[in-house]
Amino acid sequence: MRPVYIVSGGVSKFSKTRPDKTFQAIVKEAYDYAVKDIGLDFATFTRLVDGSVASYFSDHFTRQLMAGIMVQDYLGLCPKPSHRVEGGGATGGLCFQEAWKSVASGHMDVCVAYGFETMSHVETWKGNEFIALASDVSFDYPVGGFYSGYYAMMVTRHMKEFGTTVEQMAAVSVKNHLNAYHNPYAQKRNRYTIEDVRNAPMVAWPLTRLDICVMSDGAAATILVSEEGLQRLEEAGASIRRPLVKITGIGRGTDAMRMADRPHVDYDQFMRDYATVQERDSEETRAYYRRLWDHGTRYPGVHSFRAGRTAGNMAWKMAGITDPLHELDFIELHDAYTSSEIQTYEDLGLCRYGEGGEFAVSGKAFMPGIDYGLKLPHEPVCPVNPSGGLIACGHPVGATGLMQAVFALWQLQDSIADHFRDSTLQLKGAKRGAIHSHAGTGTYVTVSVLERQD
Amino acid sequence: MTKLPKRRPESMGGAIVHNLPFPKVLDEASLAQLKQQQPILVEHPYQITYLHSYGQDSPWFAALSNKRLLANKDTVSGYTYATPRGHDMYSGNETVWLDITDRPARVHAFTVCHFGSEEFLPETPFVLALIEFEGVNTLLLTRLMGVDPQAADLSWIGMPVQPRFLRNSKIKPTDVYFVPKDQVEED
Repeated sequence: MRPVYIVSGGVSKFSKTRPDKTFQAIVKEAYDYAVKDIGLDFATFTRLVDGSVASYFSDHFTRQLMAGIMVQDYLGLCPKPSHRVEGGGATGGLCFQEAWKSVASGHMDVCVAYGFETMSHVETWKGNEFIALASDVSFDYPVGGFYSGYYAMMVTRHMKEFGTTVEQMAAVSVKNHLNAYHNPYAQKRNRYTIEDVRNAPMVAWPLTRLDICVMSDGAAATILVSEEGLQRLEEAGASIRRPLVKITGIGRGTDAMRMADRPHVDYDQFMRDYATVQERDSEETRAYYRRLWDHGTRYPGVHSFRAGRTAGNMAWKMAGITDPLHELDFIELHDAYTSSEIQTYEDLGLCRYGEGGEFAVSGKAFMPGIDYGLKLPHEPVCPVNPSGGLIACGHPVGATGLMQAVFALWQLQDSIADHFRDSTLQLKGAKRGAIHSHAGTGTYVTVSVLERQD
Repeated sequence: MTKLPKRRPESMGGAIVHNLPFPKVLDEASLAQLKQQQPILVEHPYQITYLHSYGQDSPWFAALSNKRLLANKDTVSGYTYATPRGHDMYSGNETVWLDITDRPARVHAFTVCHFGSEEFLPETPFVLALIEFEGVNTLLLTRLMGVDPQAADLSWIGMPVQPRFLRNSKIKPTDVYFVPKDQVEED
């Protein structure tokens, strides 16, 4: 595989509704921003780009089949090669990795990944119905198809198994909303307290409205290149920021569509097939897990995401990471629910299984220099969702994973202030970050590692 | 000679127009002003009737309508699925049917849905639960009745439960639901 660099990106404003433009034109906002940010004009970039990958989740929301080609057409990219990818909430993450493959394989030297979702065309509860069709329509959807309900069931098990509390979940909401306060692209920019989160309307016990991301209209685009592609762009006058940002790790995992079908494996199988290097190498952690299993824990059950663990382990191995908490400077993590952010801390090895709740209120995943109004015992170590994540930025599904890539790029380019007109969210000296995209009840998960090349 | 229609037939329905602003005079200035026009939104209801097949899982639904709860089992490993699965995920073998109606069952996880998808909004609040069965390796998603949705409590996890069946089956997975075991015995 050839080295692949991410050189530019753009994000449209995410908002509850964007009736002012069609989906093609919303994508063009993000695309134009990415092209302009490297100092090229539309026609020049069109001449230089080899092809694209399109990302959007639901044909139901667009009420338009083959919407991808309509974007390709609108962007003036025909007849260059393109294809659409779809994998639920992970669609954007999958798109990013497909663009990486296109370049890493030598098929393309300059590839643009673009994605969108326009979810405002139906009422919220019809939108929930569309989303719930991404669960088994024979056995899951008819019982009460509602994704917030599915995630709430997972977290009641997590609470029972590990003692996770609703206040720990609420702390994630406080963190992500307040981070987004400094992100002009975010849909929700509010300061909340733990009490605000708990007093919000109950959606699916114990998840309140402020534990859950919102539906959104929006788009994102990012440009990936090989070294040859980089040279091609620069020879045409592009101004690519240095140091470059390289994609150094790619991981994906899957799991059964019906979470009822997930296995419940014993300790030995967990240690053999799923434990991180760090967990396997620690006698203390092995003893800790032995106690969990003696107490009745089985893996992954419905409290953990095997796909996330698989994707993380794969990406960490490729990037040479053995201690993600200390070897990553930040993670843009798919926090569709506060509970799933906590579950994912564990899957990605930021803490051990069962310790996600404590980790959430430790302060380690918070941003430095922001007063959250919380007593946090530890200094930040690896901020999670410095952008505000899905909970605050919004979740226009096909755009979300690409939005994460763009925000991660800007962190690593040290250019947050340029794009946000506010430097609060710029992590000083950020060298390596990860983006995590997650579908269904944990059916497809992608993890990609981005690294500044000093 | 048959008279051929020269016009398409008119019909009722179509779009509901919410706004339709447009300049009275189309000069250069007013054409440029169109760039500032609010978007036109049209309502477009659509409805379909879809013929869904339960395929190899069909006997499970037939069993529900006869007040029995089936599972699938790999005959070699014994791995058993509470939610039907025609082939085992580990061996690839075709599974066989098994009656688990009277197996001891407990709540594995649950939630109370106070909101929901449009189709289920009228039923809120309702309790969703994943049920574990003795000797069965996977779970079953179902509705839990007989508990107070306003008094959700983690102690519900582990609660012994028992299936009940709709008398007038709808050929849906909700033809079976679960209630606390002690309540069944009281009835």
